[in-house]
Amino acid sequence: MKYRDEYRDPASARRLSAEIARTATRPWTLMEVCGGQTHAILRHGIDRMLPEGVELIHGPGCPVCVTPLGCIDKAIEIAMEPGVIFCSFGDMLRVPGSSGDLAAARSRGADVRIVYSPLDAVALAEANPQREVVFLAVGFETTAPANAMAVRQAHRSGLGNFSLLVAQVLVPPAIESLLTSPGCRVQGFLAAGHVCTVMGLDAYEQLAQTYRVPIVVTGFEPVDILDGVLACVSELEQGSARVLNRYARVVRSEGNPAARAMVEGVFAVVPRYWRGMGLLPASGLGLAPAWQQYDAERRFGGVEAGPEPAGECISGLVLRGERRPDQCPAFGSRCTPEAPLGVTMVSGEGACAAYFRYREPQRAFG
Amino acid sequence: MCLAVPGRILEVEGDDPLSRSARVDFGGLVRRVNLAFVPEAGVGDHVLVHVGVALAVIDEDEASRIFTWLGELETVDPTDGSRP
Ligand code: SF4
Repeated sequence: MKYRDEYRDPASARRLSAEIARTATRPWTLMEVCGGQTHAILRHGIDRMLPEGVELIHGPGCPVCVTPLGCIDKAIEIAMEPGVIFCSFGDMLRVPGSSGDLAAARSRGADVRIVYSPLDAVALAEANPQREVVFLAVGFETTAPANAMAVRQAHRSGLGNFSLLVAQVLVPPAIESLLTSPGCRVQGFLAAGHVCTVMGLDAYEQLAQTYRVPIVVTGFEPVDILDGVLACVSELEQGSARVLNRYARVVRSEGNPAARAMVEGVFAVVPRYWRGMGLLPASGLGLAPAWQQYDAERRFGGVEAGPEPAGECISGLVLRGERRPDQCPAFGSRCTPEAPLGVTMVSGEGACAAYFRYREPQRAFG
Repeated sequence: MCLAVPGRILEVEGDDPLSRSARVDFGGLVRRVNLAFVPEAGVGDHVLVHVGVALAVIDEDEASRIFTWLGELETVDPTDGSRP
């Protein structure tokens, strides 16, 4: 891929790191919202390239992690219904419900299939007219256009046997929830570029103005992230709180108008329950009234707001950036990817999994 | 799941607004990708793809801009690369 190697070039990364060190005159705490960025930071050691005092804390941006218990329970219940083909992205299969996960349901005989795209689930519905095909629609704004398109394609093909179990969430309300929580230490945000690719920058402009906090849209490669940190630190040093787009190679300030229009046509903004963060108003998407015949909750009953899992897992604090994974007493001992206690270790994009994968040597010595 | 990945369009098929699609090369792995949201995309363009759907055409000029800037930084200031 053109430019990919350049965005991983160590010399460019060092140059940016030096520039950050020159710019920062005092400590600053930034949060990267997206789990993909958390992984890149750990994998490339970007946190260790920052001058002392400039700290990156990890945010709630893993849709697998924030999908609530009740939704997983409902998914398992639907999957166990006779005649159902239950489709999901692969990384949802091991997310624990209140008893077991989708992988366990599959081993008990449920027809659970891993798909790469919701459009593959539509194709399955078309090929299996006598079966009910349900797709578990999780994800942030990035995933919403594909899910909306799946509904539109199913509708056009007259498929009466296709539905979505929707658990779509939105990033700006989660940022707002963090900013209004009493213990919030975050002074600037790195916003996930791929979310903005769809919805553009409007919601971030409002947040930046209301809370006087700089928000820098950036990408996922080391050079992107360091450049984002540099831009954010520069804003903070100048006492300025703008939204800056440092990912202009894919993000336009208006987002993608065609994708946005389809999302806004098929979905409506609804309150959503987030694992670790509780019920957040206007923080998710559900099917708009005109499209509710494609809502799996209509066909199979509604998701119940389940209780948070009890136990020693502190993934709620990890998701809110209040604890680092390696500050959890169970990390790496009683909790590992093979035997996870919480969703942030289960999910490939979760912060605990990232620390386990990339910080193991240090832990062995520490 | 969340990641979107760049790939290059090899071939475009159809012109239906909901199902226009392409064969896209992701560094050797070729997949079919829906192009409904990037009507401007054509053969040879790089697109950002998420769960089977292209969300943006990658702007090559923007992609190279930061390296031009970093190059200028180097000529102005030689004290690079020495920090941990
Ligand atoms: S390390 Fe395991 S137990 Fe601790 S917060 Fe992470 S997922 Fe939960």
